Amino acid sequence: MRLRLAALVPLVMCLTVLGGLTSSAFADETPSPSPSASAGGTPSATPAAGATAEPPDAEYYVAVQLIDSSKKTATSPGEPVPGVKLTVLAPGGSAAGSAVTDAEGRAYIPIDGGGKYKVELDPKTLPDGVKLSGKAATTKNVSVILEGATNVQFQIGVVAEKGASFGQELSQALFNGVKYGLIIALAGLGLSLIFGTTGLTNFAHGELITFGAIIGYVFNRGLGLPVIAAGVLAVIASAALGWVQDKGLWGPLRKRGTGLVAMMIVSIGLALLARSIFQYTFGGSTRTYSEYVAQGPRKIGPLDVADKELVIMAIAIVVIAITCISLATTRMGKSMRAVADNPALAASSGMRVDSVITAVWILGTALTGLAGFLYAVDKQVSFVMGFKILLLVFAAVTLGGLGTIWGAIIGSIIIGIVSEAGPVFGVPASIKDVGPLFVLILILLLRPQGILGKKQRIG
Amino acid sequence: MDFGTVIDAALSQALGPQAIVFALAAIGLNIHFGYTGLLNFGQAGFMAVAGFGLAVSVVKLDLPFLVAVVIGLLMSVILAFVLGVPTLRLRADYLAIATIATAEILRLVLGAVEFKDAFGGSNGLNGFVGPFQDLNPYSGPLDLGIVSWSRADLWSLTVGWVLVALSCLLVWALMRSPWGRVLRSIREDEDAVRSLGKNVFGYKLQALVLGGVFGGLAGLFHVLKQGSAVPTDFNTTFTFYAYAALLVGGAARVLGPVIGSIIFWFLVAGLGSIFGQLTDGTGVDLPTWLMTDTQASLVRFIVLGLGLMLLMIFRPQGIFGDRREIAIDAR
Repeated sequence: MRLRLAALVPLVMCLTVLGGLTSSAFADETPSPSPSASAGGTPSATPAAGATAEPPDAEYYVAVQLIDSSKKTATSPGEPVPGVKLTVLAPGGSAAGSAVTDAEGRAYIPIDGGGKYKVELDPKTLPDGVKLSGKAATTKNVSVILEGATNVQFQIGVVAEKGASFGQELSQALFNGVKYGLIIALAGLGLSLIFGTTGLTNFAHGELITFGAIIGYVFNRGLGLPVIAAGVLAVIASAALGWVQDKGLWGPLRKRGTGLVAMMIVSIGLALLARSIFQYTFGGSTRTYSEYVAQGPRKIGPLDVADKELVIMAIAIVVIAITCISLATTRMGKSMRAVADNPALAASSGMRVDSVITAVWILGTALTGLAGFLYAVDKQVSFVMGFKILLLVFAAVTLGGLGTIWGAIIGSIIIGIVSEAGPVFGVPASIKDVGPLFVLILILLLRPQGILGKKQRIG
Repeated sequence: MDFGTVIDAALSQALGPQAIVFALAAIGLNIHFGYTGLLNFGQAGFMAVAGFGLAVSVVKLDLPFLVAVVIGLLMSVILAFVLGVPTLRLRADYLAIATIATAEILRLVLGAVEFKDAFGGSNGLNGFVGPFQDLNPYSGPLDLGIVSWSRADLWSLTVGWVLVALSCLLVWALMRSPWGRVLRSIREDEDAVRSLGKNVFGYKLQALVLGGVFGGLAGLFHVLKQGSAVPTDFNTTFTFYAYAALLVGGAARVLGPVIGSIIFWFLVAGLGSIFGQLTDGTGVDLPTWLMTDTQASLVRFIVLGLGLMLLMIFRPQGIFGDRREIAIDAR
């Protein structure tokens, strides 16, 4: 019983400090209709200055923004549609309130509480020449669950996409798959390094991804730094978390000789703890960084590519390359690989195994934090984002070979492509994550050591 | 702060149907993890196949209730074979990853819009509990002063606790038999058992099937007491909570999972009630910058995560366990 409770304290404190930062940073934030999640295909524009309707003080309200997508340009998703009357009907059918869209095409209608509401658009108030598209439904059903804005979208002027050719769809899926795969590869590299040197299957790895994204959000929205600076700081903070984790938790556990299975269960506890703290402080909603949110894509050959996607991929490739080269050539990299191969031999050759493992935790957590930040720039920030892709990271690392470096990268790219290309070949889009998990089961069945793994490691 | 309400909430959960589901699932995990040393992180998957086996059989195929129950249990046996045959020869963490992945695949597929016709999408299936509720011999709700249960809950409780008692009896009998001793020795040293001429793989597979059937039983009971089979109920965190319950009580002890589930739900419901009252806007309240009522429901999960870590670090044998019995390690 040499491990004192004190050893855990720094870790918990670190998480709590993060908590304090996040909650104080958002204390006075008014809920804004979140962009993205464009179910109706009309991504909302960032609000500009001018006389606009303000979100009401009510706890619950319905937010609508009408955008005419037929006037889409490279810089904006379309023109706002003002002067349209919208009515919200309460569950019983009585009117709960109505509003007219402002110059920004926005309208906010406060309602009493959660429940199933209907939003009616009065087609007579639409300006001349503006027509609803899609099924031209003038009513939308909406179930209000969370406090704050519940967004409702009406399709206006969306030109039905000409059925993209199979080749086009496939190449777009491949591109998205490689991008997704590169992000997974960063996280997978972290997982693989940590597994390789310590043998720990870290179920809290998903929360390390989320940490990178959320701490980036704190620097970006909370402290008002530009996204790129926030990203750099998020990686540094992740590296610090890696150090804290090893010094405060995993190092002492190693010294006590705690078994790997026990450590695995400790990591499950840590994952629950961290995820709950993220939800406590960050909240259950999905948010975005302040910049590069809705970047209009440009055409490159058959692909629709946003600039940020290219930058994300470039960063991932450069970081992965630097990591691999330094693992192969630098003194520290060589010692990491030596410890992974045989800790006892490494120790007897005069290496300080413990500080090498600490370095691995720092490097691994920093890489994973970067993955989380890039993923958040590409998509959004939420408290479960890491947990959701944890199994994909596991799948990627197992596919490539647990504990191998190149394997983790190859496995990740394959998993990314399988995940994104599945729908092209008829996998239902709502369960596209099943594909990679299936690959995981299959690889365990056929070649459990993975593509590049060594046979003796599998037990 | 009204402590009567807290005690009521905590007790009715600790002895209530949800604790029974956890107890049954944890009894299964106890056979896997506690006695045999198998890391099954997909107990929710075993529950899901059994629960949906029952629901689909009754609702979609119009089969008799008892046949549907058998089908449900059979599904969990099949799942155990599917999972066990490829992975039980590998190191312990491979089984862990395979089971957790399978459980997620099942949950995603069962909840997918595309299979709404078969499994009811994210709303799941209902309308299969009629035969179960028709057997209910009770005429009214029970009120014991501090705790009270509805008529339907009372019937679920009776069936559930009888099931738990029978399961414990079975586990007790099995684990003192030669078969049970082989399982324990596999947990301690697989190679030694192999050198004695035992078929380690066969024994592990049997243990996986048996524990999976208890998981299936938990799934059946869950959908019956709830009246519906909903995919999101069978998520990965359920399995982790069941592990927490098992570890609190003590792994490799017959009554460990049962006591563990009771304590687990007593604490979870009690904490939920305490912090709920501290943030409900009446009486003594915490300041809202510290905690709002939505945050209050999260405190128990924070405590749960921290508790699981501390438990595993400082007292891996739980309350009743024997430390020597839980010196499991993956090699």
